[in-house]
Amino acid sequence: MGANRVAVIGTGQTKYTAVRGDVSMPGLIREAAYRAVEDAGLTMADIDAVVIGKAPDFFEGMMMPETYLAEALGCVGKPLFRVHTAGSVGGSTAIVAASHVEAGVHERVLTIGWQQQSVSEAMWALSFPIPFQQQLVAGAGGYFAPFIREYMRRSNAPDDTGILVALKDRLNALKNPYAHLHEPEITYDSIKESFMLWEPIRYSETCPSSDGAFAMVLGSEAAAAQAQADTGIPPAWVLGTSMRSEPATAHGRDQITPQAGKDCAADVYRQAGISDPLEDVDMVEMYVPFSWYEPMWLENLGFAPEGEGWRLTEDGTTQMDGRLPVNCSGGVLSTNPIGASGMIRFGEAAMQVRGTAGDHQIDGVRKAVGHAYGGAAQFFAMWVVGSDRP
Amino acid sequence: MSPAESDRTLSTMPTDVWSQPSVDVPDLGGVEQVQRITVPASMRYDYSPGLTQTRFLRALEEKRILGERTPGHEDVYVSHRGVDPVTGLPTTEEVEVGPHATITAFCVVHIGFGVNAPPTPFVSALFLPDGAAVSLYGTVGGISHEDVRIGMRVEPVWVDDADLTTSMENIRYWRPIDEPDVPAEQLKGHM
Amino acid sequence: MAPARDVAVVSVAQTAQRRAAAGLSETEMIQPAIRAALDRIDASISDIGFTCSGSSDYLAGQAFSFVMTLDAVGAWPPISESHVEMDGAWALYEAWVKIQAGHADTALVFGYSKASPGDLPRVLTRQLDPYYYGPLWPDSVALAGLQARAMLDAGAITEEEMAAIAFRNRTAAADNPNAQLRGSASVEELLATPYVADPLRRHDCAPITDGGVAVILAADDHARRWSDRPAWIRGIDHRVDSHNLGARDLTRAPSIALAAEKAGATGTFDVAEVHAPFTHQERIVVDELGLAEGTTLNPSGGALAANPVMGAGLLRIAEVADRISAGTAGRGVAHATSGQLLQQNLVCVLEGE
Repeated sequence: MGANRVAVIGTGQTKYTAVRGDVSMPGLIREAAYRAVEDAGLTMADIDAVVIGKAPDFFEGMMMPETYLAEALGCVGKPLFRVHTAGSVGGSTAIVAASHVEAGVHERVLTIGWQQQSVSEAMWALSFPIPFQQQLVAGAGGYFAPFIREYMRRSNAPDDTGILVALKDRLNALKNPYAHLHEPEITYDSIKESFMLWEPIRYSETCPSSDGAFAMVLGSEAAAAQAQADTGIPPAWVLGTSMRSEPATAHGRDQITPQAGKDCAADVYRQAGISDPLEDVDMVEMYVPFSWYEPMWLENLGFAPEGEGWRLTEDGTTQMDGRLPVNCSGGVLSTNPIGASGMIRFGEAAMQVRGTAGDHQIDGVRKAVGHAYGGAAQFFAMWVVGSDRP
Repeated sequence: MSPAESDRTLSTMPTDVWSQPSVDVPDLGGVEQVQRITVPASMRYDYSPGLTQTRFLRALEEKRILGERTPGHEDVYVSHRGVDPVTGLPTTEEVEVGPHATITAFCVVHIGFGVNAPPTPFVSALFLPDGAAVSLYGTVGGISHEDVRIGMRVEPVWVDDADLTTSMENIRYWRPIDEPDVPAEQLKGHM
Repeated sequence: MAPARDVAVVSVAQTAQRRAAAGLSETEMIQPAIRAALDRIDASISDIGFTCSGSSDYLAGQAFSFVMTLDAVGAWPPISESHVEMDGAWALYEAWVKIQAGHADTALVFGYSKASPGDLPRVLTRQLDPYYYGPLWPDSVALAGLQARAMLDAGAITEEEMAAIAFRNRTAAADNPNAQLRGSASVEELLATPYVADPLRRHDCAPITDGGVAVILAADDHARRWSDRPAWIRGIDHRVDSHNLGARDLTRAPSIALAAEKAGATGTFDVAEVHAPFTHQERIVVDELGLAEGTTLNPSGGALAANPVMGAGLLRIAEVADRISAGTAGRGVAHATSGQLLQQNLVCVLEGE
């Protein structure tokens, strides 16, 4: 909690697909931005500042594209701010935007996370070879798979936990019209039989590459009251925000359950007055690009003791009708425009609190957690949003 | 008003966008629509590896694995960036590590990326050289992928002397040696 | 509105600014500046509540380039940290907001780049509208030439005045041991040199620089504990203009005047450091800021003496803060710019006790 209260008073998002060939870069962003502004009962003229985030600029083949987007964002003459913290950027961007309101600098801030990965060759943009550096000849999954394997070894989790996560998230995605992957035919067996890419990661246990944007309007206490009066939708109060970073490789680092993630969670729970996360949190949107990261983050974020996260997946706790629904939107496993993915997590948590999540709405969400991570599982961003004004 | 009671259109999306919507461009009077332009961009970068990487790569050319540490500190870092990431202090003291190493983590890869990827399936792994604080990336050879274990002891297999360059590719792969495994618990914090 | 907390620059340190730090990685290049900024106040990273940096993947020629630079901070145990794909001046702004919000009392900020691996004017073309401008590859010097021509045609400046601006900045830089270009030929000699992009001559353009700068911020008593004479941030604001060059009056940059107004940059200043990578742009910035005669302008030599992209704006703030802390100035203003032709601008007012 900062010096002044801040709340999510509007959300908006694009339809996510592999190729949004029907819109330009500005068109994509405007689609989300104007929906968020409209959702808050505002027009672009009411916005004081824009805080925008995305992952590497090589994805779109444009250096610092936000300066080009200034007019599309209606922000000529206003402050425009660009965040880049790797995969966690969508979360970090929302936090930076929230800070502006908490600081009393602005009343209404529009924040956007986006990526149009189809514009360039995404795999190239992520990891074109740099001379002298160690080459990972196995792609992104090849980086994370060894840590998943180590998690399985340490926890003695059943082999199929990852399959259960993927099945749940892809079925949840069917309830989210914006989600990229809609696979009504998916089954436990179809996931199990999908191509093994990076053992233990199967094809159906990995995230897609998506185009899309998610936007939110963050407002002060007065702005929240006004928006609720105008739209009839309650705000989602920001109860805590936190960012933590640690080096990519360092003696003492535990890539399986990074200290930065633990510290980030502890910090944000302290601010939000959460003492027992499993008890106090009603739902969580966490950043799970490979299925096994659900049990891993359940432990890292304190929802389960170390080595026990998989039990919450196996016993149905993380299902839509479970005690702690995880990724009701379908998660990163169903939609992954990298620069937006963190903000989707934060924004979906806010939608659940505001009651605007549609078919994937959980009844009576009073406290929800949004979580994002990036880099070599080294950058973390989290927030807690709730229905009760702090 | 509670969230559950709110009754409002949740989406301003058209109803037919479950899949990629068709592009709706007005009639341009016989002019063909432009849906995509391709702008080839070519830029040349001359990268410099930095002091530490230079020393590391020069040593690799001599089939040595060279690490560095901050004087007075224990941790030896390999293939690093000239600072101890824990303290932020420069690593100015050279320490040779390896060549024997321990597998700290691995996965079996069935889809390779890049021109140098070996035939699949292969094992991509992290190797902790003896004396080093953190691991290097590489691949495992000389053994079936089903027999690779965390804690397995290995040694580098170098390219032919004539092919040695200033590159990690000097190590073709790592192969098992006849030594007992290192308990996995001892490898925590060294990946 | 008035900021809730008094926040000051309490320590600054910069790398040598040079054409190419060829032997060093970005991490090796910026590490000594980060360390020196901490050492100057006898602090360690554990004393810092928030860290924020500014850099660019396109300059480094590498995705996620900032990830490696984090090693130079020593982020263990994990730290509260963020990064902007902007000049470090905006990283400082984020840190200032963070402190105002009550999330931190102290902050480490740094901005840096190695422009030398790529062809900078060509790399900067990738920042242009990708549908209309980008395919034409107009480099940053050619674009600045258009702007200078518009200024000349409008009678807003002369080529002699442009040369005099170059002369003044680089002569001032003779006293700046970190500057890349120190000293200048006479105005007459400069005007006798050929054009590189008519009406711009070589001296009208900032050099291409590898380098960076680190700054430490602290609030209230934390600032007083670390510095006998903190450089208090009395106001800070940033604004953006249109990217559409055809829609802009290129002889003006209204976002500077707007940011200055919001930052309370009125009245007189002892010192001003403005971020103008081309001589004619200094005139635009000075006019938009409404700087009075008698203000000492760019005593460091400004961006014309050293222009580490992503660090040059933060460097302006550092140079003003340094003079206030040293007692050679009482009140100063710093300006940072980003984008093409002064599109995006930040103004920061600093003051001693």
